[in-house]
Amino acid sequence: MKSSFYNTPGKHSGLLAWVLSTDHKRIGLLYLSCMTVFFLTGMTLGLLMRLELIAPGRTLMAASTYNALFTLHGVIMIFLFIIPGIPAALGNFMLPLQIGAQDVSFPRLNLLSWWFYITGAAVAITSLFTGGGAPDTGWTFYVPYSIRTGTNVSLAVFGVFLMGISSTLTGLNFVTTIHRLRAPGMSWFRMPLFVWSIYATGWVQLLATPVIAITLLMLMAERFFGVGFFDPAKGGDPILFEHLFWIYSHPAVYIMILPAMGAVSEIIPVFARRTIFGYKAIAFSSLGIALFGYLVWGHHMFTSGMSDEARMIFSLLTFLVAVPSGIKVFNWVASMYKGSIRLDTPFLYVMAFIFLFSIGGLTGLVQGALATNVHVHGTYFIVAHFHYVMFGGTAFAFFASLHYWFPKMSGRMYHEGRARVAALVLFVGFNTLYFPMFILGWQGMPRRYYDYLPQYQTGHVIATIGSWVLATGILLMVYNLLRSLKDGEKAGDNPWGGTTLEWKTTSPPPAENFEKIPEVTTGPYNYK
Amino acid sequence: MNEQDKHIVPTKTFVSVWIVLLMLTAVTVTVAKADLGAFSTFTAIMIASIKAGFVLWYFMHLKYEKRLLKLLLLVPIITLAVIIGLTFVDVWYR
Repeated sequence: MKSSFYNTPGKHSGLLAWVLSTDHKRIGLLYLSCMTVFFLTGMTLGLLMRLELIAPGRTLMAASTYNALFTLHGVIMIFLFIIPGIPAALGNFMLPLQIGAQDVSFPRLNLLSWWFYITGAAVAITSLFTGGGAPDTGWTFYVPYSIRTGTNVSLAVFGVFLMGISSTLTGLNFVTTIHRLRAPGMSWFRMPLFVWSIYATGWVQLLATPVIAITLLMLMAERFFGVGFFDPAKGGDPILFEHLFWIYSHPAVYIMILPAMGAVSEIIPVFARRTIFGYKAIAFSSLGIALFGYLVWGHHMFTSGMSDEARMIFSLLTFLVAVPSGIKVFNWVASMYKGSIRLDTPFLYVMAFIFLFSIGGLTGLVQGALATNVHVHGTYFIVAHFHYVMFGGTAFAFFASLHYWFPKMSGRMYHEGRARVAALVLFVGFNTLYFPMFILGWQGMPRRYYDYLPQYQTGHVIATIGSWVLATGILLMVYNLLRSLKDGEKAGDNPWGGTTLEWKTTSPPPAENFEKIPEVTTGPYNYK
Repeated sequence: MNEQDKHIVPTKTFVSVWIVLLMLTAVTVTVAKADLGAFSTFTAIMIASIKAGFVLWYFMHLKYEKRLLKLLLLVPIITLAVIIGLTFVDVWYR
């Protein structure tokens, strides 16, 4: 490893060389390491919840502890892991490399974003041990309960507010970088599709995140000063909170899934040795998803007391957003047609992604239809759907890209055998854990309940066993990657035969990415 | 806007915009007293938007900016208008 960014001397040394670095690669790895810790924490909380639910009645913890656990699991997984997830960690590392730039447009702002993120995380975690104890509202902070509860909602909400600033600034930075810093010759339609997805995500981060910031400030004003935005006794409207919350939080699920889709669009051509099918369709469907994603938030509120007209409009719009997602899935599958496919670990995860995301997406339409929504709303069906799209979708794509870019980031190759076993165990564990939840929900098991009737026990036991298998798979994957950092084989500059620009520099890349800024003369996936 | 092409706006313009803003405030107060039913919030938002437009256009010198900046400003405004509009589909018909 000579002259990589790891050993380029900077102003500081030791830990400071990381937490004060403006190098996008170091910042990306900072995010990655923090997120791994948070993810494993969130996973442990999930395991504890599943263990509690293995039998009806009290098994492990008190009901109030359970309420705090699912709130915490949600807040950690959503705000600390999956929203920054692919864009902040892998996007930071790969975006400038993929467009042939030396860094992002605003490197200092990039570092500031990380500081906002980690401060927000620290504040959110502090809220567990101070004031009235850990928040028990669920990650959605719905009023009126979030205003009345004595638990430490205010501090947790402030933590989320800070993380929102981080997300907005990251979006701004990436949009500017993509506009201004592309290498000579890299026109818009020569950009890798991962860059397109980060671009669409950046706009969503920029235009949607301020809404949650305002909403959370309104909640604080309500808690501290009793202003009455959401209190009907003072002329407010509790449904207004749900509107405002989902105006951000629905586009936010596209902040989570779009970069995942981008990563999948990168991996498929490389491992199928085929140029991507429908490049422009995939690029524009990213923008289409970002655009329609703003218009469908009402489908979270079909049973909240909205007007019928609003429900019908939101239901129709929800069906429309399935179109660009479908375009992507068909294009990915078509890209494999007549390819010479290599079944390496990144591709295995991508196959799992397509399968799980399709189940998640199609069950989303079950909830988008008004009549069936009334039946499944607030049940385990929602929990299953959500985990299929977010975990089966985003997190599996995250694992795929982690393996795909691991040699580029570390300069070493992970152990392929162990990685494949981990992928298989993960896939089996995932379905054992979450598929029974569809059935449980359809049968009427409400989500967020601490206790349940005996007829639901079989499903809960299967899911709990699945959670152990899933956790084993994750631990094996993390162990494999960490160990390979130390004693993995040296990877060449381009172990997969990729054609995008990040593979044209050394692994790991030098401090300013390229010896000489590359000239781009062709599209990104130059296979056949 | 560059330092070179600073526009000297006559005080008269500022004063007349100020007067228009005051008049619109008076209209808001008057309209708030009249019972317009479902349209009361809509009217208030429209008047407020016109006022914000005046402030942007004259006080914040949007008038003298390049077309790109004007277009870019439209993006968040349209986003916001669509979001508020869709929310009103709920509130109006509830």
